[in-house]
Amino acid sequence: MLPHFMLVKRVLKPTVASPLYNALAKRCSSHFTYFPDTVPESMGETQRLNLFQSINNALDTALATDNTAVVFGEDVGFGGVFRCTIGLQDKFGKDRVFNTPLCEQGIAGFAIGVAVGGATAIAEIQFADYIFPAFDQIVNEAAKYRYRSGNIFNCGSLTFRAPCGAVGHGALYHSQSPEAYFAHTPGLKVVVPRGPIKAKGLLLACIRDQNPCIFLEPKVLYRSAVEMVPAKDYTMPLSSADILVEGEDITLVAWGTQVHVLREVAELARQQLNVSCEVIDLVTILPWDTETVFNSVKKTGRMLIAHEAPITNGFGAEIAAAVQSECFLHLEAPIERVCGFDTPFPHIFEPFYLPDKWRCLSAVKKLMTY
Amino acid sequence: MAASARFSWCLLAGARARSWSATSGATHDWRVTRAGHRHPVTALITRALSSSLEEQPNFPGSRSKWTEKLDFVQPDLYDGIPVYRVMDRKGQLIDEASDPKLGEEVVVRMYHRMTLLNTMDRIMYESQRQGRISFYMTNYGEEGTHIGSAAALDEGDLVYGQYREAGVLMWRGFPLDRFMNQCYGNEGDKGKGRQMPVHYGSHEHNFVTISSPLATQMPQAVGSAYAYKRAQNGKCVICYFGEGTSSEGDAHAAFNFSATLECPVIFFCRNNGYAISTPTSEQYRGDGVAARGPAYGMATIRVDGNDVFAVYNVTKAARHITITENRPVLIEAMTYRIGHHSTSDDSSAYRSVDEVRHWDSTQHPIARLRAYMTAQGWWDETKEKQWKDDCKRQVMQAFARAERRLKPSWKEMFTDVYKEMPNHIRDQYEYMNAHVEEYEDHYPVKNFAK
Repeated sequence: MLPHFMLVKRVLKPTVASPLYNALAKRCSSHFTYFPDTVPESMGETQRLNLFQSINNALDTALATDNTAVVFGEDVGFGGVFRCTIGLQDKFGKDRVFNTPLCEQGIAGFAIGVAVGGATAIAEIQFADYIFPAFDQIVNEAAKYRYRSGNIFNCGSLTFRAPCGAVGHGALYHSQSPEAYFAHTPGLKVVVPRGPIKAKGLLLACIRDQNPCIFLEPKVLYRSAVEMVPAKDYTMPLSSADILVEGEDITLVAWGTQVHVLREVAELARQQLNVSCEVIDLVTILPWDTETVFNSVKKTGRMLIAHEAPITNGFGAEIAAAVQSECFLHLEAPIERVCGFDTPFPHIFEPFYLPDKWRCLSAVKKLMTY
Repeated sequence: MAASARFSWCLLAGARARSWSATSGATHDWRVTRAGHRHPVTALITRALSSSLEEQPNFPGSRSKWTEKLDFVQPDLYDGIPVYRVMDRKGQLIDEASDPKLGEEVVVRMYHRMTLLNTMDRIMYESQRQGRISFYMTNYGEEGTHIGSAAALDEGDLVYGQYREAGVLMWRGFPLDRFMNQCYGNEGDKGKGRQMPVHYGSHEHNFVTISSPLATQMPQAVGSAYAYKRAQNGKCVICYFGEGTSSEGDAHAAFNFSATLECPVIFFCRNNGYAISTPTSEQYRGDGVAARGPAYGMATIRVDGNDVFAVYNVTKAARHITITENRPVLIEAMTYRIGHHSTSDDSSAYRSVDEVRHWDSTQHPIARLRAYMTAQGWWDETKEKQWKDDCKRQVMQAFARAERRLKPSWKEMFTDVYKEMPNHIRDQYEYMNAHVEEYEDHYPVKNFAK
C-alpha cells in the first residue's frame, strides 16, 4: 500500500511554509481544540513533546530496556513517514529497527513469529486503513494463539502500531478508525491514546503486556498535540478509562481525537446550556472499562457516545447496549450516539462527515430536554 | 505537516545522490552529499553523460545488462528443475557417494516411525468412520517427507507445520497418547480440547501448534527465524506447507521477507499433486513451487519426496546453508497424496482409483525404505510381522486409554483467551456456571471433568 497521500503532499506542498499553506493546514484540523494533559510533579523531569515525539520516546525506552525488542514496518528505518521512529536505527542498529517489504500480511505474520520466537515485536502498519490485508493474521492467528494452543505458545509480546483517524484531507484511505473491527475479536487488546503523555505510558504498557495489542495513534495529533511528557520510563494501565471532566448531568464518552471535541462540547454546554457534563476518555476499546462508564451513567442518567468511525456496528453500539443493560433504571433519556455516517470517509466533505462539536452539542441539548 | 513534506524532498534528493555514488563505486554517505550539493540532480545529469555509465544499466531496481533485442523471457525456457534422488524405486542406491550412511539403528528407527504413523493413521481414520472422533487427516504416501526432513534437523529447531506433518512429531518422540488425546480433546490434551483433531502442538518438541488457516504459519516462521538469528542460538526454523498453500498471499510474504531480512528458515513444500480436489494444473502454471525460489533470491532444490534419504540429504544441506549463511532455503518435495484429503473428502470424486493404486504400489516411501533395509540384511519378514503387531498393539492401547478419559472441564472454554482473565470474560464464565447448574440435565456435564 503506497502512501499516495505523502507522495501528493511532497509534490503539491511548498517546501517553505506559505501563508496559504498555513491557512489550509489550520482549516483542515479545525474540528477540535487540543486540551493538553499535565502530570504531577512526582512523575519527575518532563520534556516538551508532541505525539510523534512521545511515541518515539516510548519506542526508544522499549528498545533500551529490552534487548530482544525489534521495531519494523514500511519505511521505519529512515524514521517513518510520520517521524515516529526517527533516530532509532542509528541508535539501536539495523537489526533492531528495520524496513520490511511492502506487505501488511507479511508484517503481521512476521511480528507473530518474532513473538513466538521469544522476542518483543513492535510492528508498524503505515496507516490503519492498510491493516486489512493483515486482518487474517491478526484475527485468526495473533488473537487466538494462546487459546488454541492451550497456552503452550503465545504471541503476547507483540504490538501493532497504526496511525488512525481523520486528518483533514485523508479521504477514504488515510482517515479510517478501524477499532470496532478488532473489538469483535477476543484475544486482542485495542488502545487509543488522546495525547503525548498517555501515548508514552500506554504504548509502553502495550509493548510489555503479555497479550497482542493494537495501538491506534490519532495521526492528526502527531504534530498538533504538545505536552510536558515525563522523561522517565513509565506505563499507564490498560482497560482503565479516564474521567477528564467531572459532571452531574450527562456522561460524554469518546477516545482519541474525539475526546478533545467532547471537552469543548462540555465547555459549550456549560456556557450555553448550563449543563454539567462528565467527559470520559475510554482509552482502551478492548477489554473496555465498564465500571467507570457504568458508575458515571448511574450518576448522570444520560449518555452520549461519539466516535469518528461509522455509526452502524461502531464501538458506540457495544457501549450503548451494555449501559442500557446495566443502568436501565438510571437512564433518563435514550443513549445517543454521534458518529461518522455510514459512508466511506469522504475527501472534500470531511467537515460535514465528522461528529464535530456542533453535532455533539446539538445531541446534548436534545438529551437534556428529552 | 509542512516539515514532513520538506523532509521528503530532502530525502528524494538524497536518494538520487546515493544512486550515482553507488555506480561510481565509491563508498559514500549520502547524507554528506545531501549537505554538500545544493543541486544533486544537476550533478547526476553531469555524471550520466559520462561514457562509463552508458555501458551498464544503473537502475536501482535490478542488476542486468542492456539488450537491443525485443525478447520476452518465456516460462518454458528450460526443462524444469530436476528432482534429486538417492534411491531408485526398488530401494537401491544410485550413486554410493550420495549415501547418507545413517547406519542400521537410525534407518530402522526411520522405518519404525514411518510405519507407526501409518498404523496410527489407519486406526484413527477408521475411528472417525465409526464416529468416535469428529475428524482426521491421514499422511499416506508422505511419511518419507516427514521422517527424512525431521531426522536431518536438530531437535531444538523450531517446526511450523500445516497439518499433514504428524511424522515430524513422531520422529521427535511425541507420545502416541498425546496424539490420541488431542484427537479426542480429552483431559490429557495440552491444547485443552479447543481445536479440531490433528491440530497438534508441543512445546517440548519445538513444534508450534497447528492452525487451520493455510499459509499463516509461513511469515510467522520467518519472524521466529529472525528472532533466532538475533538470539544467536544456533537453531533454525523449518516451515512445512503444501503446494496449494503456496498460492496464498502469505506464502509470497514469507518468501520475500525471509530473503530480504536474511533469516535462517527452511521452507519445505510438500507437492503432492492435489489441494483437496484441485490438481496442480489449476494451482499454478510455472515450474511448480521450486521455480519461484530463485525469483525471491532463495537457494532452492527439488527432491523425490518418496525417497527418505534424498529428503534427508537436502534438508541436512539446507540446514547447513541456512544456519551458516543466515539465508532462506526452499525445498520442494515431490510426492503424491495417497489418502483422501481428509475424512470429510471422498477423493474418488475427482481422481481415479487406478492412479492412487499406482502410487501406493510402486513408489511408496515406506516400501522403498523397506526394500533398502532388506537388501542391507537389516529387515526381514519375521521382523516385519513382529513390528506390525507391536505397532497395532501400541496404537490400540493408547486409543483405548484416550477414549476412556473425560473431556477437560468446560470451564476451560474461558481461560487463555488472554494471559489473565478480563472482567467481562469472568462475568460470562460466572453466568454460564450458574446457568449450567440450573439446567444441568440439558448439557453433557457427565463427560466433562469438574
